[in-house]
Amino acid sequence: MTELTESFAIVSVGDALTNAAPPATPKHLPHRGGEENPSAAALRQKFGDAILRSAVGWGETTVFIERARAGEIIRWLHDDPSQQYDYLADVTAIEYREKEVPMEVVWHLRSLPYRRFLRIKTELQKDAPLEVDSVWSIYRGADWLERECFDMFGITFLGHPDLRRILMWEQYKEGNPLRKDFPLRGRFSRSEQLRQALAANPESRYSMEELTVAEAFTEIPADMQRRLMSGERTGE
Amino acid sequence: MGLTARPDSALSRVEYDPQSQDGWVTTRLDFLVNWGRANSLWPMPFGTACCAIEFMATAAADFDLARFGMERMSFSPRQSDVLICAGRVPFKLAPIIRRIWQQMAQPKWSIAMGACASTGNMFDTYAVVQGIDTIIPVDVYVPGCPPRPEGLLYGIQMLQKKVMSERMSDRRLRDEMEPDPTTQLYIPPPAIDEMSEPFGNSVNQTRSTP
Repeated sequence: MTELTESFAIVSVGDALTNAAPPATPKHLPHRGGEENPSAAALRQKFGDAILRSAVGWGETTVFIERARAGEIIRWLHDDPSQQYDYLADVTAIEYREKEVPMEVVWHLRSLPYRRFLRIKTELQKDAPLEVDSVWSIYRGADWLERECFDMFGITFLGHPDLRRILMWEQYKEGNPLRKDFPLRGRFSRSEQLRQALAANPESRYSMEELTVAEAFTEIPADMQRRLMSGERTGE
Repeated sequence: MGLTARPDSALSRVEYDPQSQDGWVTTRLDFLVNWGRANSLWPMPFGTACCAIEFMATAAADFDLARFGMERMSFSPRQSDVLICAGRVPFKLAPIIRRIWQQMAQPKWSIAMGACASTGNMFDTYAVVQGIDTIIPVDVYVPGCPPRPEGLLYGIQMLQKKVMSERMSDRRLRDEMEPDPTTQLYIPPPAIDEMSEPFGNSVNQTRSTP
């Protein structure tokens, strides 16, 4: 039996910085201001006018970028050797209570080699189509995050391969639940909501793509195969 | 090996003697059948939230659901007797719990465990069914958020009492639900709307206005 006498070497994820201090939980962070993530300055230098403004809060840097160039900027953050934002933590959106304030799409990026966290925001005007570039081609993990954003806010992510509802069922007719103009209990009466929900056929909720991925198509019942071949999705 | 009768035993002979009082017990068929049913209820656990954790605790050693004849969790609706809905049911799950209920064979009962399954609880939102009794018939409601295992056991004992009081001659007990073919609802829509109305403090909760 091997004796575990040797002490374990601590595996540190970030190794892009020479003489980097070991990771430590920061303390006494100011609410506003403080040290800015160096990536913000690099972004301003690289993209100029496309970087609208930046802010630091609780030690985290938020950079507002131009909507039309979002995909390009995030790709640069991912690809550039001096940035290496290789982990997409979240894609989400914000709608504020005031109607004139634009909506925001938020990307949470993390650079494991440099141990950096960067929050990218872009503003979507409500009177224009809610469209922004998809980052699916950069981070595959953005797939379901963007689908959720599309489902809850109605934001179209240009270039997403399979943009459809993910939490609500695909025939959901009441709109986008996290929008401020969406009533908490939904738009329809409870009986109408229940009627529409019960009309969905749970067996045929899978799309052809999902079944092809699972390679389960040959194993499902013949009548279900026939219904899926004819394009049926639910009983609605 | 097989059953061999001991030659010296009086039990080795099986006789048919209707006049004899030995070896006979008379009872009502209702009692016998209900006694068997009430003490061998196999649950179909439909756990969707924290109530399922309490349900698992009920099934574990400390509270030991097996004492009440629920030795076996039946994850196949065909082989289960009582559907225990533990947790909130979103509208997306509504056709699934309906399908599971319809797949269960008679006789069958259902327990709505916890406030969410019974009424929707605080989830008075666009996504959550306001009580599973709008989808399937419910025999016993167990209050609590979540109910403690003792609460669920009390609900199960109430269900056992209900089973014991059933009459085989009452055919209506075994009627399958027949939802309206066009809407799939089994109770009238105005009744669903009325049951789903908010009550108590939730009437005055902040609502977003268009």
